[in-house]
Amino acid sequence: MKEEKIVVNNKVGLHARPASLFVQEAAKYQSEISVYCQDPETKEDRTANAKSILGILTLGVFQGTEITITANGADEDAAVEGLVALVKNNFGEE
Amino acid sequence: MIELTGISASRGMCIGPVFQFVRQKLEITEKKQVNPSEELIRFNLAIETAKAQIDRIYEKALSESSSADAEIFQAHRMILEDPELVSAVKTKIEQEKKSAEMAMQQTGKAFSDMMAAMNDEYFAARATDIMDVTNRVLRVLLDVAESPTANLKEPSVIIADDLTPSDTVMLDKSLVVGFCTAQGSATSHTAILARGLGIPAVAGAGNEALEQKNGTMVILDGTRGNAIFAPEDAMIAEFRGRMEAAKTIREKALKFAKDPATTKDGKVVEVVSNIGNVEGAQSAIENGAEGVGLLRTEFLYLEQSQLPSEEQQYQAYKGILEVFGKMPVILRTLDVGGDKEIPYMGLEAEANSFLGQRALRLCLVRPDIFKPQLRAALRASVGHNLKIMFPMVATTSEVRDARKVLNECVAELNQEGTAFADDIEIGIMVEIPSAALVADQLAKEVDFFSIGTNDLSQYTMAADRTNPKVAPLSNAFFPAVLRLVREVIKAAHKEGKWVGMCGELAGEPLALPILLGLGLDEFSMNPPMIPLAKQILRNLDSKEMERIAEQALELEDPQQIQAFIKKKIPFIAEIAE
Repeated sequence: MKEEKIVVNNKVGLHARPASLFVQEAAKYQSEISVYCQDPETKEDRTANAKSILGILTLGVFQGTEITITANGADEDAAVEGLVALVKNNFGEE
Repeated sequence: MIELTGISASRGMCIGPVFQFVRQKLEITEKKQVNPSEELIRFNLAIETAKAQIDRIYEKALSESSSADAEIFQAHRMILEDPELVSAVKTKIEQEKKSAEMAMQQTGKAFSDMMAAMNDEYFAARATDIMDVTNRVLRVLLDVAESPTANLKEPSVIIADDLTPSDTVMLDKSLVVGFCTAQGSATSHTAILARGLGIPAVAGAGNEALEQKNGTMVILDGTRGNAIFAPEDAMIAEFRGRMEAAKTIREKALKFAKDPATTKDGKVVEVVSNIGNVEGAQSAIENGAEGVGLLRTEFLYLEQSQLPSEEQQYQAYKGILEVFGKMPVILRTLDVGGDKEIPYMGLEAEANSFLGQRALRLCLVRPDIFKPQLRAALRASVGHNLKIMFPMVATTSEVRDARKVLNECVAELNQEGTAFADDIEIGIMVEIPSAALVADQLAKEVDFFSIGTNDLSQYTMAADRTNPKVAPLSNAFFPAVLRLVREVIKAAHKEGKWVGMCGELAGEPLALPILLGLGLDEFSMNPPMIPLAKQILRNLDSKEMERIAEQALELEDPQQIQAFIKKKIPFIAEIAE
């Protein structure tokens, strides 16, 4: 299992085009990948399947939210690395 | 005859037979005996068929170059492939022994409701997407035709409750003369589509519209936002007459686009263009522009990742000036602020960027940005009729400060022995009420004014023009705004200076009589509006318009003023359609 925390810094967070890019990236890997975050208001724990656009959208990740990406499977290292890189460079927004 | 009133979603008039866009009801009944493995196969097949349909639609949207639509279908495909959605449907089939259609409908609705419950415009749109996809899969499962417009054979007015991108992308647009929806708004998909196609649309006409029979004649007035079903013959004839008259004026306008705009009483006014790049310059010339009333220079800054160099700007300005030869070209210095994203400038986001450090305010504290632009403009002026204009002026001292920087550039170029034209007129945009109120003082500092009515309206009315809730207040037809325009023109003329206008108002058919009457010297607008504006001005008498303008400014609101102009000058009422 491979896990990494990262703060989402792009403007819209994991919505719209960035959410779609995130899910497309996740779909490239065989591993099971999940995204965890805490609701900023209720502090409620939330987890979603990284390959599900509906799951990612309903997580409610806005600018400044910290997420944990967890992958489990044959290509878990590459999966986490790929997704973290995408978030880090703000989904190519700038 | 029945007349329904909705709202204007796309301007223009048309007459045609009704074609009711009816989605077949998707009736789903509980099956008594469900064989889960059979239902799973049906579901998987339906998903594959739906994917193939979406791919086809996506290709069509792309080829019709509606990339926004294409993106929607890409999103639809992602929803169809969503593992959460697919596994939820499968679980329902396997564990709850639901039929494929029942499982799909319940799951789709659950996800859609979840999105809709977030009370956010973005998620509401996703809720619509999910239902759109769900219904597509259900149509496949229930063997219902993909599109309700399969029977559309002759040019018709499409009537629907509201239309989704899925509905319209497969529509044969050559068979649509207008749209009328029972629901919807001026910003709905149908409205945007209609405007793109240049055909009239009325939205929110109410459910009675859905009761009209196929083939019934309907007169659709997209400008006023109403629909007349089963009109009498005399009315159809009258409407056709009006459409014909408007068409003749438009055609005539195009034919005489390059002739000057000389009013009935022989006054010649200047009609020029707002442009933002070289392509705009070409279009301006084709449409008969007599120069440029507003050259926006932002394009150079927005299209790249670092400040454009002086040389790069020089080349760009030169290129545009060459298109216009000796015609006047007014270059507006950089107009950006906290709301436009120019990352490399290091602008801080401001809580209220419309009231922030933008345009000239920014340039005055950033000589590294301001001076290269002024130097480039000066250098490009050789052999041309360039004028320089500063945006967002609130006080006289700002004009003096800007002139000081300009004079520094002039001194530098002189010292370097670099050539530039020595008769460059300097002007300002009047777009802040404070500037309008001290126009008499400002007129002594400059050679000309250009009134920016978009900003002048929003600052005068204290209504953000980008906020739909208050945007209607930000309307230049309010007498408060028009009276400021009157005072600005008066003050400038008293000092012997000329006044132009480069806001949207300058090209509005219904505003032209008022502006002519108030004594505006130069009208600057987007290229496609020029031929018509010239033709309208040619048919007006400037002395008569002086009286009409004075009367109009005594009225209370845009509706009254526009109705008054239509009544006084009937031919404009037709063209304004």
